[in-house]
Amino acid sequence: MLEAVFKYSFLQNAFIGSILASIACGIIGTIIIEKKIVMMSSGIAHTSFGGIGMGYFLGIEPIMGALVFAVSAALGIVTINRKSRENTDVLIGMFWSLGMAAGVLFIAFTPGYPPDISSYLFGDILTVTRTDIWIMLVLDAIIAFTLISLYNILKAYLFDSEFSSVVGVKTVFIEYLIFIMIALTVVILIRVVGIILIMALLTVPPACAKLFTYDLKKIILYSILFGMLFCFAGLWMSYELQIASGASIIIIAGLIYLFLRIVTRRKLRNIV
Amino acid sequence: MQKAIEIENLSVYYNDVCALSDVNLTVLEKEFLGIIGPNGGGKSTLIKTILGLIKPSSGSVKIYGKEPGSEQRILGYVPQFLKFDRNFPINVMDVVLMGRLPAGCPLFHRYTKEDREIAETMMEKLGIHELKERQIGQLSGGQLQRVLIARALAVQPKIILLDEPTSSVDSTSKHQIYELLKKLNEEITVIVVTHDTEAVSSHIKSLACLNTRLFYHGAPELDNETIQQVYGCPVELIAHGVPHRVLKKHEGDE
Ligand SMILES: Nc1ncnc2c1ncn2[C@@H]1O[C@H](COP(=O)(O)OP(=O)(O)O)[C@@H](O)[C@H]1O
Ligand SMILES: [Mg+2]
Repeated sequence: MLEAVFKYSFLQNAFIGSILASIACGIIGTIIIEKKIVMMSSGIAHTSFGGIGMGYFLGIEPIMGALVFAVSAALGIVTINRKSRENTDVLIGMFWSLGMAAGVLFIAFTPGYPPDISSYLFGDILTVTRTDIWIMLVLDAIIAFTLISLYNILKAYLFDSEFSSVVGVKTVFIEYLIFIMIALTVVILIRVVGIILIMALLTVPPACAKLFTYDLKKIILYSILFGMLFCFAGLWMSYELQIASGASIIIIAGLIYLFLRIVTRRKLRNIV
Repeated sequence: MQKAIEIENLSVYYNDVCALSDVNLTVLEKEFLGIIGPNGGGKSTLIKTILGLIKPSSGSVKIYGKEPGSEQRILGYVPQFLKFDRNFPINVMDVVLMGRLPAGCPLFHRYTKEDREIAETMMEKLGIHELKERQIGQLSGGQLQRVLIARALAVQPKIILLDEPTSSVDSTSKHQIYELLKKLNEEITVIVVTHDTEAVSSHIKSLACLNTRLFYHGAPELDNETIQQVYGCPVELIAHGVPHRVLKKHEGDE
């Protein structure tokens, strides 16, 4: 496969795409696990399908449509959630299904042959284009810059937002920022593993990382490395066996996690 | 003496639930105020309103004459620790350093040498210095409570508010914590929510009884009538084991 990587640009794109996706995953996956907003993130991911449909309908890049929908869903979910904490589940459920329904409708109304949407649902890293790579690069840069420049503040916020607020941290701003970053990550990951499989790629790498360390920085770093491992292995499996890349990546992630879990025998702390 | 906190006609609602109703309370500088009341009596709500975490539905709260949240580094907060995630990947030093966080969200913030020294001093004060590298999930309840107090002190506040700081610690730690608060009180104002009637009697200078409304605020002596009003239950349940100074003796009561 290695020679092929040098030969074919689609494999190079897949390779670079894997690295870029893993960076976003490691950072945001860790954040959503520690802040316990995995389901909200899942809601945002599914809502973005509406944007894919809208993209086709309007004849613009579907991934841009997804970006618009994901960011709007993120802002909507935080805003409504801030006002009434108790209805979070209902809210997520509504965004989730309505977003997907909107996507289906948009696609139904799109003139001409219906587009193949399965690559958006289940991902196809082998079809990642140069344009996708550039979009991913920009979004990754935003996420990484945010993490590095606000690390102390983000960590404090994740651990205890009330106390952070008392000492004057702008917690509302941080909350919105985190949700926008989740939306950006969703968009990065759609091309790689697809909307349906995003949550696994967000949660499995930190889950693995947490088997080895208690240090937040290291959890993020290891998560990024695990993400790369899963993506490369999945990519290889997909290429060799001619099967869907998104599913390959996720299955490999799951198997590796299971293996590590048994080998390390350490109690997984937050998740499950 | 200067007024540290001035609360006027304060009411707080959570949707339809009235947590505080028409509370008036003035806390003077260097007061040592204990707040007691039944569960759900609005004690935590009052603390959070003072901290600016909850906005009043009506009425006002002033901290040294200003709105809560407008002045930083005046208030130190020790939350009710049941509330948070002990598995979070953070060690003791980093928790205490949170007290040194800057206001706003400055980019590329790093803790200074001075910040670290202050954090170390506070950890020494609380006797938790040797635990500084520990992940917080590996601490006992009492140790964690001290970490939270050290964090609040790292703010170097003028007023420290503690929400049930001794509810999960053994009696030795409890005693030490109150001794520490007493010492702190020489310099700063201390407000403590507690169910710990022993502490109430021997340490605090004034007492507030809260059950949605503020039933009493004054010297730490209570008569049975007030207690019954506040808790809305037979006096015996409360009076059991309460030292004399807290419940003012009624003839033939004991
Ligand atoms: N976030 C919230 N949403 C809705 N109701 C709340 C919330 N927090 C507290 N309450 C209600 O407000 C009342 C006072 O609660 P609290 O201030 O926590 O009391 P205490 O600390 O004295 O036990 C209770 O009836 C409680 O159920
Ligand atoms: Mg409480």
